[in-house]
Amino acid sequence: MSTANPDFLLHVEGLRMSFGSRSVLTGVSFGVERGSVFTVLGPSGAGKSVLLKCLANVVRPDAGEIRFDGQVLSRNNPKAHADFRRRCSFLFQSNALFDSLTSLENVALPLEQTTNLKNHEIRERCFEALTQLEIHEHADHYPSQLSGGMQKRLALARAIVTRPELVFFDEPTAGLDPLRRNAVFTMIAKYQRQFGFTALIVTHDVVEALVASDRVALLDQGRICFEGPSEEFSCSGHTVVSAFRDSAAALGTSLAAIRCEELGRSKNL
Amino acid sequence: MLHWIGRRTLSLTTGLGDFALFTGRSFHAAWGSKRIFQRILRAFYEQGTLCLPVILIVGLFTGLVVGLQGYYVLNRFGSEGLLGALVSLSLVREMAPVLAALMLVGQAGSALAAELGIQRNSEQIVALETMGVSSHAYLIAPRLIAALVVFPMQTAIFVAIGLWGGSLSGSLMLGVESGVYWSSVERAVGSEDIRECFTKATIFGLLTISICAYHGFNAHRCRTATGARAVSASTTRAVVHSSIVVLAADYVITSFLV
Repeated sequence: MSTANPDFLLHVEGLRMSFGSRSVLTGVSFGVERGSVFTVLGPSGAGKSVLLKCLANVVRPDAGEIRFDGQVLSRNNPKAHADFRRRCSFLFQSNALFDSLTSLENVALPLEQTTNLKNHEIRERCFEALTQLEIHEHADHYPSQLSGGMQKRLALARAIVTRPELVFFDEPTAGLDPLRRNAVFTMIAKYQRQFGFTALIVTHDVVEALVASDRVALLDQGRICFEGPSEEFSCSGHTVVSAFRDSAAALGTSLAAIRCEELGRSKNL
Repeated sequence: MLHWIGRRTLSLTTGLGDFALFTGRSFHAAWGSKRIFQRILRAFYEQGTLCLPVILIVGLFTGLVVGLQGYYVLNRFGSEGLLGALVSLSLVREMAPVLAALMLVGQAGSALAAELGIQRNSEQIVALETMGVSSHAYLIAPRLIAALVVFPMQTAIFVAIGLWGGSLSGSLMLGVESGVYWSSVERAVGSEDIRECFTKATIFGLLTISICAYHGFNAHRCRTATGARAVSASTTRAVVHSSIVVLAADYVITSFLV
């Protein structure tokens, strides 16, 4: 068993997970420092979401160790699990908002169910979170009445209302246009600084992630093939890293080649 | 063949064990769950108020039909005066608990299975767990607790409206004396019949709402379909299994109680 670095709020060691004969995670190890933004990058199907679900304790890994604030999260340690749940939040790719509850009720739910706060205190805390995320005017609206960006902010309000120390973000920009992607990463960076939580983001948006993160890890074929500061990722010569990082440029080159080929064909005709 | 039987038996046993654990876990989770009373009231509304019209309509027509059929049978033996006894015993002992349970499965049970299935699909149930909120305590326990009260109440309403329906067809349409009808009802129904009626209603409530909740909650484990189709398949299974269980349990309870 490894000794945990006290600077790490979350420390993962040798995480393995497989579904039947298909190995999804094959020994993932990394540490997330307190108050930092840590991003796990990787192509689709690399095992990012499974990794996040293992970390958030939604699925149980086959092997490996997860330490939260120095405490090992294992089946035999329910107290550590309860502590972990109390101090963490999860922002889902689909937002996972309760569609039969209003915005205010959605944000109030974790406080009502996990704290002993009085009704007026819960209401104050909820309005504080909704105001900070600039959606307090929609407190009585249902999630279906809000735009995609507002729903994302509402999900973030619900995630931060319990004042967590660690927030997991699962593909926060999936399916969004470039402008909205920027807005979401700006929002994460802004509120991470404002509230001081530690953020662990799983995404495949390289450019935005590099700007918003302190450290980056690249997951490929169930294994971390790069881990370091985002500046280092930008200039790394590692084959997989450069292939992933330069994928946009590679797409441009491929498209240019196709266009040249088409042009050549039309001239020959 | 033997392999198939063995596999099916194992699957059935595992399924029953899983279902028992699910129900037990839900009741256990209710203990100490915060603000559960509000959610129980909400479940009362879903299973009680929203289902009341269907209970009233089906109860009334059941009473009317039993009164009509009973009158023609009793008339052959010149015993029209026993119409009240026939209608009341049929309703109290068998028809009210079974039909009320089937109606509640059709309305509240199917709605519950579909709602939980959609919540499972849209990750709302996982979201609850990640917040440290027990999904069993938040979503299932209030419905189970409400069912233990609502099913007997709905059955009692079914009996009352059914008796009135029987009196309508017997007294108003076919000429049986109203006083004769109601005194026959009073003489026929004993405390044991009422106890049997409420025992059945309570057990049916527990079984059907547990089955519907179990299927909706586990919609993601559906082997034959995914997404919206899994929700539809789990809702269908919930209604079919609940209906079969009501009839099977009715036979078992009757054979023990009578």
